[in-house]
Amino acid sequence: MGTYVPTTTAERKQMLDAIGVKSIGELYAGVPEGLHIGNNLDLPEGLSELEVRAAVTAAADKNKVFRTILRGAGAYNHFIPAAVRSITSREEFVTAYTPYQAEINQGILQSIFEFQTMICMLTGMDTANASVYDGASAAAESVTMCRERKRVKAYISACANPQVIQTVKTYCFGSDTELILVPEKDGKTDAVALASMLGEDAACFYLQQPNYYGQMEDASEIGEIVHAAGAKFVMGVNPIACAVMKTPFECGADIAVGEGQPLGLNLAYGGPYLGFMACVKPMMRRLPGRIVGQTADVCGARGYVLTLTAREQHIRREKASSNICSNQAHCAFTAGVYMAAMGEAGLKEAAGLCISKAHYLAGQMEKELGWKLKYGGEFFHEFVAECPCPDEVLQALEGNGILGGLPVEGGILWCVTEVVPKAELDRTIDIIREVVLP
Amino acid sequence: MKLIFERGTEGQHLSLMPACEVPEVKLRQTREQPLPLPHISENELTRHYTELSMQVHGINNGFYPLGSCTMKYNPKINEDMASLPGFSAIHPLQPESTVQGCLEVLCRAEKYLCAITGMDAVTFQPAAGAHGEFTGMMLIKAYLRDRGDTARTKIIVPDSAHGTNPASAVMAGFTVINIRSCADGGVDLEALREAVGPDTAGLMLTNPNTLGIFDRNILEITRIVHEAGGLCYYDGANLNAVAGIVRPGDMGFDVVHLNLHKTFSTPHGGGGPGSGPVGCKAPLRCFLPGPAAAEKNGKYLLVMPEKSIGRVKSFNGNFLVVVKALTYILTLGRKGIPEASENAVLHANYMMSRLKGTYDIPYGPFCMHEFVMSLEELHRRTGVSALDIAKGMLDSGMHPPTMYFPSIVHEALLVEPTETESKETIDDAAELFLRLFNLAQTNPGLLHDAPVSTPVRRLDEVGAARNPVLRYEND
Amino acid sequence: MNIPEGLKYSKTHEWVKMLDAASCLVGITDFAQSELGDLVFINLPQTGDEAVMGETFCDVESVKAVSDVISPVTGTVSEVNEELLDSPQKLNEDAYGAWIAKIENITGTEELMDASAYEAFLQTEEA
Repeated sequence: MGTYVPTTTAERKQMLDAIGVKSIGELYAGVPEGLHIGNNLDLPEGLSELEVRAAVTAAADKNKVFRTILRGAGAYNHFIPAAVRSITSREEFVTAYTPYQAEINQGILQSIFEFQTMICMLTGMDTANASVYDGASAAAESVTMCRERKRVKAYISACANPQVIQTVKTYCFGSDTELILVPEKDGKTDAVALASMLGEDAACFYLQQPNYYGQMEDASEIGEIVHAAGAKFVMGVNPIACAVMKTPFECGADIAVGEGQPLGLNLAYGGPYLGFMACVKPMMRRLPGRIVGQTADVCGARGYVLTLTAREQHIRREKASSNICSNQAHCAFTAGVYMAAMGEAGLKEAAGLCISKAHYLAGQMEKELGWKLKYGGEFFHEFVAECPCPDEVLQALEGNGILGGLPVEGGILWCVTEVVPKAELDRTIDIIREVVLP
Repeated sequence: MKLIFERGTEGQHLSLMPACEVPEVKLRQTREQPLPLPHISENELTRHYTELSMQVHGINNGFYPLGSCTMKYNPKINEDMASLPGFSAIHPLQPESTVQGCLEVLCRAEKYLCAITGMDAVTFQPAAGAHGEFTGMMLIKAYLRDRGDTARTKIIVPDSAHGTNPASAVMAGFTVINIRSCADGGVDLEALREAVGPDTAGLMLTNPNTLGIFDRNILEITRIVHEAGGLCYYDGANLNAVAGIVRPGDMGFDVVHLNLHKTFSTPHGGGGPGSGPVGCKAPLRCFLPGPAAAEKNGKYLLVMPEKSIGRVKSFNGNFLVVVKALTYILTLGRKGIPEASENAVLHANYMMSRLKGTYDIPYGPFCMHEFVMSLEELHRRTGVSALDIAKGMLDSGMHPPTMYFPSIVHEALLVEPTETESKETIDDAAELFLRLFNLAQTNPGLLHDAPVSTPVRRLDEVGAARNPVLRYEND
Repeated sequence: MNIPEGLKYSKTHEWVKMLDAASCLVGITDFAQSELGDLVFINLPQTGDEAVMGETFCDVESVKAVSDVISPVTGTVSEVNEELLDSPQKLNEDAYGAWIAKIENITGTEELMDASAYEAFLQTEEA
């Protein structure tokens, strides 16, 4: 049996004596007799570290690690610098807790302050919080931020990631907020439909940029439509794209949220990921979750504290706008280290490589395979290409260590990130060509 | 300490990206706002974070008796397993046949957590305890709606509950009824009987409660709520007292959430990521979030529960955290899980016995895995508050216990040593508490000024809240 | 403890300054601000809100707590003191100058005390 209890039998006896009981069982006297499960705990016997390593590694070995990943749809395979891996695995940062005692946790607090700043820089917004669970729950929380007494309907683009839509829907079921889907047209949000749908009771409209199909939306124009109706404009943005695209701030967004996984986090079969939330100054106090602020100590030295805490559940309880207690601290920390390591130049380069390589693959698919793009609009690093036989194509790629795009209606949603070499893109085309043009 | 934005020089950078091998394509409309991220060399970058790491206090540094947080040792093997490429490099949308190992992890973890909690199914989608509470509340809402029971709109919460409890209930659309605890810290049965009725959706409870006391009336409590037609929700934050010894399912609970980052040793990372799996009894399993991992004929797959509440998060929850918790459960096993709980209770009682003669400990004679002290009398006599004692501990390099929670105890310090601390550490901690108590009588001023030896002194929280500065601005 | 004459006081420590028969200014008393400690934010009501006597119409935040401010009258909020958004400390520094809201069309008033009755009330509270 593995154990992390350091107390020896002799020490246990000393403790029992000091307490004044004969056995640990006496300490459980308050538990009704019938509730003790005794020896009936249905778990396997404990293992030594050697055996545990073998058992868990065996499970890991049953998963296929793809050498090349051409699938996105909400989780992206980006390059993670060695410095990021090394710095974030420092035990201090891994085993630290929420910095409630600010004086001895300036390291954590400052790192969050730096993260908040970087998210503001990336999105162009005024204020950011210390993060929430993921992009999908960030989208859901943004709806709560926008609800007013008379504005109780939430609108979301049908071109948003389906998992984001599902999550927002679940949260809306909780708060009895009506959630209305604004239809897609030619792979983008139908702006005409949007204008006709928004009324005086509209709280907000959520737009994903780039959207689920990889298309760049006309965000500024849509922002104007949303504001004309008196509603708030929420943009869910890809953080790598933010380095080069018109920022949510420039598009008039009131709130910018998104999935921070591309900022140095492993794919990790979906988690832990990172939800970032940023907003314009007037909405600052509506942000849920933890926020770090700068202040001074009694001697005037600069320091950082968790602040604006009276918004939160531990103080407001049933009057809190959100129940969120924690943040994804270590993930936010990782994102901060990543953004610092990459810098403006690195992020712009990575984004540029994503765009260029994705366009290269799309071009080659048309030229070499005759596959047309489903949508004609501008795209970032994802695109839907038609495909006569998605299963066979993906199977063939899988056999060659390549995770192909995601099958969607009308074709396959491909994604190319900066890590995929040109040679691998060419190899992909070759493999597919064997399947579709024998 | 310098902010990272105050380091480095224009032009410095890491060498990370290769040249573009394909024709360059750019977006038509690009950002005009500057992106003033740091210009910094790799050397300076690592030094910056090394400096930050020296002003961080984690479990790796020392004793962390934070009540309600279960700051137990974070085993290194857990970290190793979570960083295996077979887990960390897996895309969440890979075909099921290529992620049999991931699905196996989820199914096995579910099986073991069901055994520990006495539940019939567990979802791993919720990312944290509070997220699990919201999910659990939504299960209850969906269950009642499905039966056409729309009159049940109220959730009962004891006044000793953690703030996330009422907040989660409200997020799920319920209204909250707070009921008082009685003098011995347990739920006031009279108050509970008065509170239940045809509008009762359920009760949220943690047992042992936030005072560290196991409510001996627990079976009666859950019976009262069930008889009134409501369901019982178990906040698993305090499971470390009873894991492997008592099952919430046997106590009468229908839905539970667990905190893998508390009871199951996964690291806190400075405030997250955690994981808040939710377990439920059979009648509620069809409402669980999905898709969920399941096993059929020796193969693993993802299945959407028929009446699922949908998603509370993207993909499958904080998967790597589940890997860490599974590793821990496999290590401890059938005997290790209850052994951990028993020693958590032993250590808490031992520490309490060392402090009982000196500090005011309002509940007893024994505690479970944590105990609360009240410094109200000390404050009245000497002017030294719980905050002052806590700050005094910082000067000795020890992390203080939880302050001012639960709010029903004035000037509270909630102490939870956990089972992974040695007797020597507990003795040192007890001695420090006793020293500080004496200091409060002889030299209270010292404690009002504490901490004096930390990198920063007491911080102006009022100023921080009145004039929020939430980001660095480059001039 | 500062308790000016000429104002009315509620049991929940709000002050009322009648401007005429149907309108008034409302704030929190010196006692209230000293009990609450340093105030960092006030969630002001909105103009047009209906205030109901005996019910919460706004709240104030200190670093570690939130406190409801109970409306002493029933009426409509016609003006709010936006200055307090940037300078919540005025509630601590000048409790009677820092009016929170102007309420008009008053149709109901709670039982309010004059200065000496409030002073006596405070003494029983502290006992």
